[in-house]
Amino acid sequence: MNFVRNLPLFCIILTLFSGPCSMILPAKKARILNLCVILAVGIMSFLVLLQVCISGGSYVYMMGHFPAPWGNEIRVGPLEAFMALFFCIIMLLSMVGGATERMAEIDESKENLYYVMVNLLLSSLIALIYTNDLFTAYVFVEINTISACGMIMIKQSGHTLEAATRYMIMSLLGSGMLLLGICFLYGLTGHLLMSNIKEAVAAIAAAGTYHAPLMVAVGLMCVGLAIKSALFPFHSWLPDAYGYSTVSSAAILSSLVSKGYIFLLIKIFYRVIGFDIICNSKIINIFFVFGIAGMMAGSISAAKEFNIRRMIAFSSVAQIGYIYMGFGLGTMLGVLASIYHILSHAATKSLLFISASGLSECSGDNKELAKLTGAGYRNPIAGMAFTVGALSMVGFPLFSGFISKILFAQAAVNQADKMLPTLIALALSTILNVIYFMRAVLVIYTPRKGIAAEERGYQRIRMGKDPGKSAVLVCFMLLNLVLGLMSQPIVELCSRGLGMFG
Amino acid sequence: MSKRVPKEIYEQTRSYKFKQWLAGTKDPFLDTVEMKPQQEIHESEKLIHEHEMQHLQIVEQAYDLEHNAQIRLFRKIYNIFSVIFCLSLVFILLVGVSYLPKYGHEENPVNNEVSARYIEQGLQETGAINIVTGMILDYRAFDTLGESHVLFLATCTVLILLRKDKKKYQETAQHNDRIYEPKNDVILQTVACVLVPFIEIFGMYVVLGGHLGPGGGFSGGAICGAGLILYLNAFGFAKTERFFTGKTYKCMCFCALACYSLAKTYSFFTGANHIESVIPLGTPGAILSSGLILILDICVGFVVAGTMYTFYVMFRKGGY
Repeated sequence: MNFVRNLPLFCIILTLFSGPCSMILPAKKARILNLCVILAVGIMSFLVLLQVCISGGSYVYMMGHFPAPWGNEIRVGPLEAFMALFFCIIMLLSMVGGATERMAEIDESKENLYYVMVNLLLSSLIALIYTNDLFTAYVFVEINTISACGMIMIKQSGHTLEAATRYMIMSLLGSGMLLLGICFLYGLTGHLLMSNIKEAVAAIAAAGTYHAPLMVAVGLMCVGLAIKSALFPFHSWLPDAYGYSTVSSAAILSSLVSKGYIFLLIKIFYRVIGFDIICNSKIINIFFVFGIAGMMAGSISAAKEFNIRRMIAFSSVAQIGYIYMGFGLGTMLGVLASIYHILSHAATKSLLFISASGLSECSGDNKELAKLTGAGYRNPIAGMAFTVGALSMVGFPLFSGFISKILFAQAAVNQADKMLPTLIALALSTILNVIYFMRAVLVIYTPRKGIAAEERGYQRIRMGKDPGKSAVLVCFMLLNLVLGLMSQPIVELCSRGLGMFG
Repeated sequence: MSKRVPKEIYEQTRSYKFKQWLAGTKDPFLDTVEMKPQQEIHESEKLIHEHEMQHLQIVEQAYDLEHNAQIRLFRKIYNIFSVIFCLSLVFILLVGVSYLPKYGHEENPVNNEVSARYIEQGLQETGAINIVTGMILDYRAFDTLGESHVLFLATCTVLILLRKDKKKYQETAQHNDRIYEPKNDVILQTVACVLVPFIEIFGMYVVLGGHLGPGGGFSGGAICGAGLILYLNAFGFAKTERFFTGKTYKCMCFCALACYSLAKTYSFFTGANHIESVIPLGTPGAILSSGLILILDICVGFVVAGTMYTFYVMFRKGGY
């Protein structure tokens, strides 16, 4: 089993290498290569997860001939391996599910460039998950940003170009703040490796010197990553970017890209600064307040929205708010609930985006809610998938959203001063979720026989017409059920992995 | 065979009650409820048209920037807040910097065992006289691997944004660009004839001497790319496309990055598994020394030069 230890390295190199490969391949071969790479990385991550679980510990892997503080290294533990596996599953499903739309919407001569973006995005996500070095994390954050931009604007319309510009400006602001934060930390500690920084920061905090710059550094990194993952006041780039890009981009962006940054933030909390210092600083209270504000504001904007894609996008703002509220609780349980919400949101949001594209496909490519009336009958599998996704977002038992909400509530009960606001926020946000998601479900299940229905491109879509997409929707629904019904082993795995972080 | 029962008896059976409850007509609190099937929505063409017109009108009014008081108010507030935000960020950063350890002081945290080893043992361990090159291409080669992919990715993004379709491009862009190009500018051509060879040679020198002195793949590649751009400006696309087309760029980039990835996979793999690397470090100071650094420098140089040139071509013409 010793060879398995090398697999994370091969995951990163394989995905990086497949980028230039897709550049010289024709579109069709690049598509196959992309699927193969995601599959291979998924299998490798699974093997790594097995190995880490059997050996029951984490290990660091030296990147090169030089040991820790001089060379680079990556760190592999159960949580990292599980995240890598999960991200691969979601990415594979999103790529297969959006294949038809993608081929119709993207210029054929540019399709292979899209796979370059996706492959490098995957490599950056894997590297962000495994890295044990802050500067390496920054380099891969750059790759992540640029490839996400490319994925938004590959469908070249006015909306997507504007969205990509906004995304780039906000994202670069976030990257800049992250880099400044890393520079401050380097100036204070003289290290870039996470574990060494943590020792040095603990010494600084104990001695009480350099308190102000340390807080500035922590603040800059937190705000930078919050901007990049669209926490509430910085969410203005999000609805256009998710709402108008091609559907697999929207699914990947909402469920993976922002989650990669959040995972990096968790690593910074536990492995760079130390969770106690984060909790003693007031920064978690800021996260708590803005998380709750995001939950409300995102849901209210979604309720006002009549474009189904933009509605789902605004709902992402609310869900990101949940995750930051979990950080704001300042306990291990809160972070654990946030991690579970990352999983549940990733599985649900991509399901919603892909099923919404199926619904608008059978309604003459309209995305307005009013024109989707009765779409659930015209495209039964997409309607069912959308209902499952909506129920999961609302927090209906059986589905994944319920588990994450109950974990948030459990985490809140242990925090005397934050219990009441958290529980009220959870209840209010559930009601708001019901308002807009159930409205959408009711609309798609209202029968309709308009006059000129056929003329406007309304058509029945059977399951067999696009087998890939139907299979993907079924897989997503199963994934949601698995996360909802068999949550205990996953929560245990996550908490074990999180315990090894500290 | 079941027999047919009269209606009154049937209405008292459990199965009838269950069916009624299932259909929702029998409510335990409200007793009998009348249920109607859901009406199908019928929209006349006229109504639909009216809705669409209303929608258009709303959009028009909302984007009428001169007469929309809300937008004007929003812009004013936006301007004020952006100034406040920038000033407060500047203030916070200045305060943060003022508390940092003094620059260049001997006992700063930055002067620790990490930099000490780079300076003291860098030459022995990497074989590169230029410590910076040794750091970025050997000690921390993983970061540079990511960084060269950032450049490649940036080119791909520019290709997505600016590359024009072959057919459309042949009809329009070619005419315009080729006509207005300064084709036979004698001064430019003569100067380019003299300068370009020297620039290219100097660029190659900087790339190849990266491990011996100041320089390396990034700077040398930029010089080579600049030379190519100058040549393109003097002699036009017809000449450059004889040796540098989109295909050339793709192959060059692929080969360079593949070479980089393979070399580094070998070095990471052997390093992590504590296998002795077979690549000799050579005598420091010789051109063929310092193990993989020279090869990696050449790869980075190719990627950077290609990126520079491709950026220029894309912004100028939108295609090779």
